[in-house]
Amino acid sequence: MTTTIRLSAARLSSPFVRQVEKISGQKLLACYQCGKCSAGCPMAPHMDMLPNQIIRLAQLGMEEKLLASNAIWICVSCMTCNTRCPKDVRIAEVIEAIRATVLRTNARNDRLASADFLPETLAALPPIALIAGLRKLTS
Amino acid sequence: MKLAYYPGCTLKNHARNFDDTTVASMARLGVEVRELERWNCCGTVHGLASDNLMQRAAPVTNLIRVKESGAGEFMTGCAMCYNTLKRANQHMRKDAAALATLNDFLSLEETQYAGDVDVFHLLEFLRDRVGFDKLAAAVTKPLKGLRVACYYGCMLVRPREVAFDDSESPAIMENLIAALGATPVPFALKAECCGAYHAVGRPEIVADRTDKIMGSALAHAADIVIVSCPLCAHNLDHKQVEAKKHHPDFHGLPVLYFTQLMAIALGCDDAAQHFELHHVDPRPLLTDRGLA
Ligand code: SF4
Ligand code: SF4
Repeated sequence: MTTTIRLSAARLSSPFVRQVEKISGQKLLACYQCGKCSAGCPMAPHMDMLPNQIIRLAQLGMEEKLLASNAIWICVSCMTCNTRCPKDVRIAEVIEAIRATVLRTNARNDRLASADFLPETLAALPPIALIAGLRKLTS
Repeated sequence: MKLAYYPGCTLKNHARNFDDTTVASMARLGVEVRELERWNCCGTVHGLASDNLMQRAAPVTNLIRVKESGAGEFMTGCAMCYNTLKRANQHMRKDAAALATLNDFLSLEETQYAGDVDVFHLLEFLRDRVGFDKLAAAVTKPLKGLRVACYYGCMLVRPREVAFDDSESPAIMENLIAALGATPVPFALKAECCGAYHAVGRPEIVADRTDKIMGSALAHAADIVIVSCPLCAHNLDHKQVEAKKHHPDFHGLPVLYFTQLMAIALGCDDAAQHFELHHVDPRPLLTDRGLA
């Protein structure tokens, strides 16, 4: 399968790239695509793109692809990638910044709503699960 | 010795067993654990966005409460609370501008925060202040022959700046368990994520993690898994139902907080154990080993 990616200098310095770098506090171009983050990611089997691919697309300013991916919602900030990256890129922070880009728009793009759960389900869940989920997946 | 204590929300309901066995076993070690008179939810997760200082307000308010209690340090057993409180504290200590902004925001507080409270995890306190030799000396019921898989998950060991042991291969819980007379077993996935808050919206992901983590514990014939986090406990114990649904050959084990084993070994009253809160009842196994 061949994939065509159109790159342009405008994308590499787009407002999206600048915003992700600012919110995450990371220099995206520090990543040299070794793949170590993806190799150890416990959530990788459930992601539609791997952590190193997320970083690559972010470097290239591929905003639409990133914002439409499920992987940014599957990452649980377990910090395995962060502690292993040889270039000290904080991948979890980059993914948080991409989530923030979606959650901070005016549209309620929340990925979790307590109204969707049965009362029994809610009662069975400890507060630590609910609060963590709401903090990560809602605006 | 007196020690200020932050239990965290879940220890007051789903993880009462963690709370009560912490207080009971520390008393046996001569440490009077004093719960803060006022405390609030720590926020459970450390906000990773560099421009969102609001998420520091909840943890820092707790640090202010510790100061107001007259203590200069405090302990928590919950791994997520520990991580959130410790990281917020580190942030306040190294970023004077953020600290000033937060103090302005919390201007109705009578006390200003100045980065002057130390955060301890219970395991760290036991190792560095009490000492595992002293713990071993206080054991009245050694956990002989009990094979224990020590699960760390994420929040005790990552990121490195909050870890009080090696991030990839920690051993502090194994050392504690050995002091109680039990046998720690090798456990390859001991620091691999349990799926965390996906318990809420994506239980099938947690089921997958629970299956793999339990498999890793069973590979070395563990009898039980111990944890230090109510979310890990929920996922590894209560989500075994889900794991069985998705993985028909799944085998589970009882899951206990490390403080529950301490309480047994130190001869504390069983009332602190709240075994009714467990999904897999550990009593048959403990009775079989002469421990309950
Ligand atoms: S581990 Fe670091 S350098 Fe390697 S691909 Fe991942 S982010 Fe890039
Ligand atoms: S922080 Fe996210 S991307 Fe990194 S290893 Fe954990 S789940 Fe994977």
